[in-house]
Order: sequence, then C-alpha cells, then structure tokens
Amino acid sequence: MTLLDLPLAATRGNPAAAASYWDTDPLRYLDEHGAPVEGGLRPAPELLATDRLLALYRALRLARAFDTEATALVMQGHLAVYPSSRGQEACQAAAALCLEPQDWLFPTYRDTAALALRGIDPVEALTLLRGSWHCGYDAKRWRTAPQCTPLATQAPHAVGLALAAKMAGDPVVALCLLGDGATSEGDFHEACNSAAVYQAPVVFLVQNNQYAISVPLRKQTHALSLAGKGVGYGMPGVRVDGNDVIGLMHVLGEAIERARGGGGPTLIEAITYRIRPHTNADDANRYRDTSEVDLWLGRDPVDRLARYLTAIGHLDAGLDAAIGEEGAKYAAAMREQLAREPEVDPADLFDHVFASPTPQLRAQRAMIEAEAAAAQRDGQQDAAHGGQA
Amino acid sequence: MSVVTASPSLPATPSASTPAPAVPAPAPAKPATVTLAKALNQALADAMTADERVVVFGEDVAELGGVFRITDGLAARFGESRCFDTPLAEASILGTAIGMAMYGYRPVVEMQFDAFAYPAFEQLVSHLSKMRNRTRGALPMPIVIRIPYGGGIGGVEHHSDSSEAYIAHTPGIHVITPATVQDAYWLLRSAIASPDPVVFFEPKRLYWSKAQLTLPVTTGPIGTAAIRRTGRDLTLIAYGQTVPVALETAEHAAELGYDLEVLDLRSLVPFDDATVLASVERTGRAIVIHEAAGFAGFGAEIAARISERCFYRLEAPVLRVTGLDIPYPPPKLEHWHLPSVDRVLDAVEHAMTA
Repeated sequence: MTLLDLPLAATRGNPAAAASYWDTDPLRYLDEHGAPVEGGLRPAPELLATDRLLALYRALRLARAFDTEATALVMQGHLAVYPSSRGQEACQAAAALCLEPQDWLFPTYRDTAALALRGIDPVEALTLLRGSWHCGYDAKRWRTAPQCTPLATQAPHAVGLALAAKMAGDPVVALCLLGDGATSEGDFHEACNSAAVYQAPVVFLVQNNQYAISVPLRKQTHALSLAGKGVGYGMPGVRVDGNDVIGLMHVLGEAIERARGGGGPTLIEAITYRIRPHTNADDANRYRDTSEVDLWLGRDPVDRLARYLTAIGHLDAGLDAAIGEEGAKYAAAMREQLAREPEVDPADLFDHVFASPTPQLRAQRAMIEAEAAAAQRDGQQDAAHGGQA
Repeated sequence: MSVVTASPSLPATPSASTPAPAVPAPAPAKPATVTLAKALNQALADAMTADERVVVFGEDVAELGGVFRITDGLAARFGESRCFDTPLAEASILGTAIGMAMYGYRPVVEMQFDAFAYPAFEQLVSHLSKMRNRTRGALPMPIVIRIPYGGGIGGVEHHSDSSEAYIAHTPGIHVITPATVQDAYWLLRSAIASPDPVVFFEPKRLYWSKAQLTLPVTTGPIGTAAIRRTGRDLTLIAYGQTVPVALETAEHAAELGYDLEVLDLRSLVPFDDATVLASVERTGRAIVIHEAAGFAGFGAEIAARISERCFYRLEAPVLRVTGLDIPYPPPKLEHWHLPSVDRVLDAVEHAMTA
C-alpha cells in the first residue's frame, strides 16, 4: 500500500473514477522514505538551503515535543481537553513558517502547535484548552485569530481581513487553516466563493487528516479530491502531500506569493493523517483499525525530513540529539507552567462583554464580587478554625 | 526556542478602538420634509464622510441602492471600495464584516429582510457577540447589522418577521430600533460610532413616515428610552412599529378618560430600566406592545423586570399585547396577528378596571 491508497469511496468499484483520482496525485518533493521524487516539485534554492531545512526540522521536532507534552498534560488533568496534531507536524510547521510577520493566521482548535511555532507562549496558546479563558494570546499583536471550536466559521473572517488589507493597500495575506470535515460546512463554501469574487489575498489550507472525529472522508464528500473544489469557485486547487514539509512550504509559498501579488485566493488540500484520536476524550478503536494507524506511522513527517537531511549530510546523530534536547527543554518549561493551577478572576466575566458595561452588567458584577468576598471570608474563617478551606 | 516568525513589535493596523468621530458640524438649512428612509440614508452618508473606516456592503446595496433604497447613491458618491454588492450569502456577509473589523474597519452590513438574516445567525451568536470578550478587548467588533423588520406591508412569507428576541437574548450585542425620523438618523449615527456590535432593526412599515426637520439632528444616547407622551394612569411600552399604535391608542383612551403615558424604548439592549421603572412607579400600570409572538418574547422580559422591581406599586398585572404565537401569517390575514389599537384599548380597559 502506498500513500496514494487513500480511503476515497468514490473510486471503489469505479475504475474510471479511480483513474481520474490517480491523475491528481498529491504534489511532493520527498517520498515517504525521504528521497526526492523524480519529476516531483522543484523548490527554489532558498528553500533547500541548509539553514532553512534545519529550521524546518527544528520546527517539526518542536511541534512533536509540544504535542507530546500537551497530550501528557491532558491525561494528567492539567488541560480540559486536547485535540492532538500528531502526524500533522509538517502542516503545523509549514503554516507557521510560510507567513511573514504582517500576515494573519486563522487556526482551528487542532493547530495549537502552529501557534507555538509562530512564537506564541505555550501557556497563552493553550489557554482555551486549559479552560482559564477563551483565548490567552493577544490576537492582534500576533496577527493570529483566536482558536475556537465551531468549524469553518473562521474562513469568512479570513476573507474579510484579507479584503480589508487589500482595500488598505497593505501587502498582507491571510492563511486560513481547515480540516476535511470543515469543507462540508456552508461557511467554507461561502468563504471560498466570496474570496474568489473579491480576489482576496487569502490561502485556504485544508489539512485532510482523513477523519472528522469518527467520520471518514468517504462519508464527508463524494468528490474525488477536496482541492478539486477550487474549480467551482474559480480559484487554483492544489493537492499536496501533507507529510512532506518541503513540498508544503513550496506550494504554500507559491499560493502566498500569488495572493500578495494580487492573484487572488488558492485552495490547498494537504493529505495527512490524524495519528491520535480526535481528542483525549475520543476512542478511535470504535471506528478505525490500528493497522491503518500503523501504516501512517510509517509515513511520519518528522522522520521523513530527518532521513533526507541525514542522507544529504546536513544532520548527524550529535546535531539530532541537540535538537531533541531543545524540544525537551521546551516541553519541560511547558510542564513547569501548565502543571500549576491557573489563576482566574471573576471580574474577567464582565470586563469585555462591551466596551463599557451596561447598568445590568454593573449590577451583576457587584453581585459576583459580593459572592467572591463572602467565599473568601468563609475560607479564612474555615482556615482559622482549622477546617479545610 | 528560536522558531519565531511573527514579531510583536510591528506597527499596528488601523485601530478599531480609536473613537469614531460622532457628528459633523451641522450645516444650517431650512427644515425640510424628510422620510425615515432618507434619514437613514443621510446617516450612512454622513458616517462615511466622517470616518473613512466606515464601509457599507450587502446584497443589492451598490448600484440598486438596496431594495428599500436606504443605501441609494452611496456607491456613486463614495466609490465601490466603500459601498459594494456582495455574493448572496448572509453568513459570508457578516463573517467578512468580522474579518474587516479585525483589521480596523467599521463595517455596516445590510440584511435584505428580517427572515433573510437567519443564515448569519451563527456568525452573530458565536463570533460577533463574543469576539471582544474572547480576546479580552484585543479584537473589538464595531459592526452595525441593519435589518428591515416587522409586518404590515403586505409581504409574503419571510418578509415580515420580528426577530429582536433572538438577538436581544445574546449577550454582547446592542439592539436598537428607532420609531421616529429623528431617531432613525441619530441612532444609526450612534450605532456606527459605537465600539460594540449593534443590530439595528429598521421598522420597514415606517420607512415612508415623515418629519419636518433639518439634518443632522441629535436625540438621546444608545440605551435610553424616550417618553413620547406623558400620562398619569398607565404606561404603554412600545418600540419600532408599535410606537405609532401606542400613540394612537393613547388618543382614543383620552376620550374614554384615561391619561396614558407612552414610552418608546428605542434601545432594547442596553435596556433603560430607569426610565421604564420610573414611569411605572408613577402610573402603577403597564402594557407592553410588540409585533413578535408573545410567548418568550421581549415583552416577557419587560413584564418580569417591572414585576421584580415595582410589584408593590402595581395596581394591575403587567399586560402584553403582541403578535399571536403563530408563524407570521399571509398578507390577507396579517391584520389578525398585528397588535391593533382596538386590541390595545381592550387591554387598557382591562388594566384600568382590574
């Protein structure tokens, strides 16, 4: 079985459709074993420079370390929930590293590793999933929209921001991340259509990880490819191997350059796989066979780049261990901060509902402050009497 | 770790939190006959003149000027980048506005009819209302959604809904509805200048009502009700299209010897408890009038607030005269549904003799 043996129901028992599907092989630079593909993508020399490749490798390792630590933290009750991006590190790294500082990223809830790679402090990036507030980072400062759990609703926001930047004459591009399930939502369709009509500088990156919780792609769409939907909107659609970070960077770079130059939006489908269950609360054994997971573990995006870098002499065991140590330090710092109970303030409940609170909210705030003060007094009394506060 | 691509020290994009200029200097002119529709149109034009961050978009708003002509002439005057037609997709219209507001613009979007706004409901409830709160003020949403609403215009199904309760129930959104030409102008200017999202319900049956005045005018701030008629015996509480019904009822009631006070709420959110409660404290009786179905409607909230705060001053139960609890009826039957002067008078009689 190869990477191309994807669960596409439409091709089953339909040789013509299958043939058509094979015609839309995902683009790639490296094959599953980390060897350049003959007749594959031809990235610009800058992308293949040693420093650049090592930066990509560091990002992949950091994304893996982040995801591994966050998975451990949620198992130990330090996060409310964690949707893992294990296996999707190439998409996470490319999404963060393909952007200029003035560009905007519109992530999904599964893209926390990408936020960390954009430079956002992991505690701030994980605030939503920790449950101490809805968004912990300054969205404007980081040019990164808040994550949230409704699907595809951020897509029209990305279009609006890109349109605004275009109207202002600013060289700003919006990158909108989506999953395969989100392509069934109305907001995805409306956003793609509007983006093309406005020729907005936006790039849609669909991480096709094969599952929307338990529902496989074949139940999500009858289309042969998600990238093919671009035709219907009048924008380029590109299928790319989502575990080949070099191929992803190349394809994203082209789309971003086109958008920045006034060439309008692009729809990119990155073929990848969600190695872990939907979240820690999910049981993937109910809907997929472990042999399928094993197959994709063999297509690991981190190993793939490591093999290539080793083969071309850019990576040896010493450097690999040093990069691994950087990730371990990062994860240890995450653990140190996130294992502590977060501080929360009930005043936060009222401070940002409106620019200035309504009379009704002022009254409710006073009520909550009185309750908090009473709870504190009770706690102090309990402590004074040797009780448990 | 050094894998950082976004710098926090970049120059900021146009700031949505910069206060918007409120009103241009009034130009002295003779009073003229102005329709409510024209006042809205003038408010949009004046807001676009005062602040280049204000952009107007929606279905048919540019060349056509909107199906009710509220945006007439804006595209010609301000150009296609300031007033433009969108694809026919309401969720996208509002979602696009949210993205533009994130970049510092102040979008004013039109939903063509009340019932056509529902596709945008998720964007409104899940994002527009929550974005400021979610981001602790980093991404304020100075967006106005204009919605022509209400019945009595002979419209077929989906052209006469009163959807204010759905919106007013959502924390984080201001809900405004004018009933006079003056308020149409000033409340729309105030809504566009507001740092928070506003759903601006336009009483479409009153679009062609007239007043003699010179624009611009100022009235009250958002969040304040207006006393349209003072009275001692009973308070009629109305908004939008039911304000003229309340005023006409008060005229007839006067002939029966009842002295009614009429409140025009203007702002459902924020709600002006102070004016409403002070009025009911004076009169001891209250009737709420709205076109939307009564069950779980906005009138229930008003009645509850009055009962919680004025119970011992009340001479009669707080009554509601509202639309029936039915899907909005066809044009040939809608007069049975809408709160009529006669039906309000019956309620007045009931309250006065309770």
